[in-house]
Amino acid sequence: MTASEPNWQRRLLLALLLAPALLWLLLLIVLPHVDLALVSFRERVAPREYVTSLAQYQTFFTEPLYWQIFVRTAVVSAIATAITLLIAFPVAWTIAKIAKGRRAALLFLVCLIPFWVSETVRTLGWMILLRESGVLPSFLVKLGLVSAPPELLYHDATILVGLVYTSLLFMVVPLVNSLESLDNALIEAAYDLGAGGLTVLRTIVIPHAAPGITAGCIVVFMLTLGNYLTPNLLGGTSSQWFTEQIYNQFITRFNWEQGAAFGFLLLALSTTMVWVGLKASGQRFADVMQRS
Amino acid sequence: MRRIAYTAFAIAIALTSAMAVADDAKRLRIISWADYVPAEVIAEFQKETGIKVEVTLSNNEEMISKLRATGGAGFDLAQPSQDRILGAQQEFRIYKPIDLSKVQVAEFLPDLIETVRKNASLDGKLYALPYVWGTEGLVYNAKKTKIADYTDLCRADLKGKVAVRLKRPTLMAFAFASGKDPFALYGNVKAYSALMDEVGKTLSACKSNFRFFYDNKDQLLNGVRSGEISAAMMWDSGGWNLGRENPDIHFINPKSGAIAWLDTFALPARGKNDAGAYAWINFTMRPAVAAQIAKQIGNFTASKGADALMDPKLKAQFAATFPDGLKNVRWYPAIPPGLEEIEGKVLDRIKAAN
Repeated sequence: MTASEPNWQRRLLLALLLAPALLWLLLLIVLPHVDLALVSFRERVAPREYVTSLAQYQTFFTEPLYWQIFVRTAVVSAIATAITLLIAFPVAWTIAKIAKGRRAALLFLVCLIPFWVSETVRTLGWMILLRESGVLPSFLVKLGLVSAPPELLYHDATILVGLVYTSLLFMVVPLVNSLESLDNALIEAAYDLGAGGLTVLRTIVIPHAAPGITAGCIVVFMLTLGNYLTPNLLGGTSSQWFTEQIYNQFITRFNWEQGAAFGFLLLALSTTMVWVGLKASGQRFADVMQRS
Repeated sequence: MRRIAYTAFAIAIALTSAMAVADDAKRLRIISWADYVPAEVIAEFQKETGIKVEVTLSNNEEMISKLRATGGAGFDLAQPSQDRILGAQQEFRIYKPIDLSKVQVAEFLPDLIETVRKNASLDGKLYALPYVWGTEGLVYNAKKTKIADYTDLCRADLKGKVAVRLKRPTLMAFAFASGKDPFALYGNVKAYSALMDEVGKTLSACKSNFRFFYDNKDQLLNGVRSGEISAAMMWDSGGWNLGRENPDIHFINPKSGAIAWLDTFALPARGKNDAGAYAWINFTMRPAVAAQIAKQIGNFTASKGADALMDPKLKAQFAATFPDGLKNVRWYPAIPPGLEEIEGKVLDRIKAAN
């Protein structure tokens, strides 16, 4: 394109290029959400009769049950995110700084391979490993550590294992990205000036990797919060996840109004948590998104 | 060049839409339960009529939700339970009435036709035809335990060895076991809520007995087969199947009565191949075909002539479970809209209880 072309032509081209993305946003994200919002402010008074009301949101605040599930989901997701970060950091450090060339690529591939199979299959794999008649409990008996095979499935800790495993890659990638750009000379200089390992980590590595850490945490937190399969399959008789509650309202209770309201509450929760996370770590959203 | 491409594109569009029209009559989309539409029956039906059957596996709630989302489109035939039709129809208008002149009514068991007439009629129109019926009772492994009624599932010696569904049949069963009749209270919302709250408390109190709440049949079957589950609430065909594999596993009619269900044929409101749906209904009610389906599912069908052709082993198992016939069995009446919301909250509370 040359500068001599009229202005409107350039604008038209820009509009055309943006059109698919904008249409996608409008038709598949904005419109359904507007509809869902309208549904969430409805209440069924008689068969096929609905009135506008705040009843759905009221139920959420007055029924302690839903509150508890909501808070539980948020807390477990936060714990899962923290554990994922703790496990992913050394992995990312090894890939970015210690391993060289092909070995680094190989390590990265190892992180990626579990994602070649679908989430369902991965989760079912965990079930086969952990169930009472499964691989790990019988192995523990063989080693003589326990007398009867323990049931490792259906606990909250099992959910955490599944969630961390599922989200590991989404933490490793942004961490590797942000650690790779860290100049080794800075670390060496810090050591030369007499800093210890912890001080280097605290004052040089973490501040440099902060956008990557925040990006990874945001992605992992959102993925865990919205996960349906893992808590459902690995969780026990008491483990309600908020997404499960939304599914139940929509599908088994035919209560779309309540389900829609729950959906918006979950959206509000994830938005708030991301905002709080950004404020607490002093990051700007745009910087973080560039890194992820 | 551009003109040729354009013409080719237009022709392609015209062809695909013409094909789509032709397809509707040659295609029957059924939403149903696992095993209800056996592959051999699909093949025979296609050979005879040229109609290709596509099956989507589902359950009562999902069927209603899927049809509700589309206003009754997307499927040509659904198979909900007879008690789940009236409420859904009143609330969401997802079915169209059955035209009995297109059905060979003489092939059906008259009792079951009467049941759907009573439970699935709205404004004088019939919305369902019977297909398969069965019961939900108790299954146990005689090597590990022995039980006689639903409340035995809460016995201290069965801690962590029991599985039930966290769904309404479990609530109904425990309500009957407490000596009350929940079906008699369907019309009285207040008394029904109170009864459900009570049942919810009973089930929450014995939660440590439940190893898991199953929501697909394989999860339960694996649990019982591997011995992780000693006793469970289960449907008859599953229990009898397990009994054939392992004689220690018994399916019994509980003291307070097994609960009987009847699954049906219903026509989604915006189905596109009613002729095909009626052809399928008539085909599956032929005694020979019905007997083949019954053998596959392990339950009894609504076909009158199929009884004589039934698998003798299944008949023997039925007689062992129900020595006095179906006297001590409770049939589900139609659920009035709104009750499921009450039950839903109770189920949520059980799940959240510690």
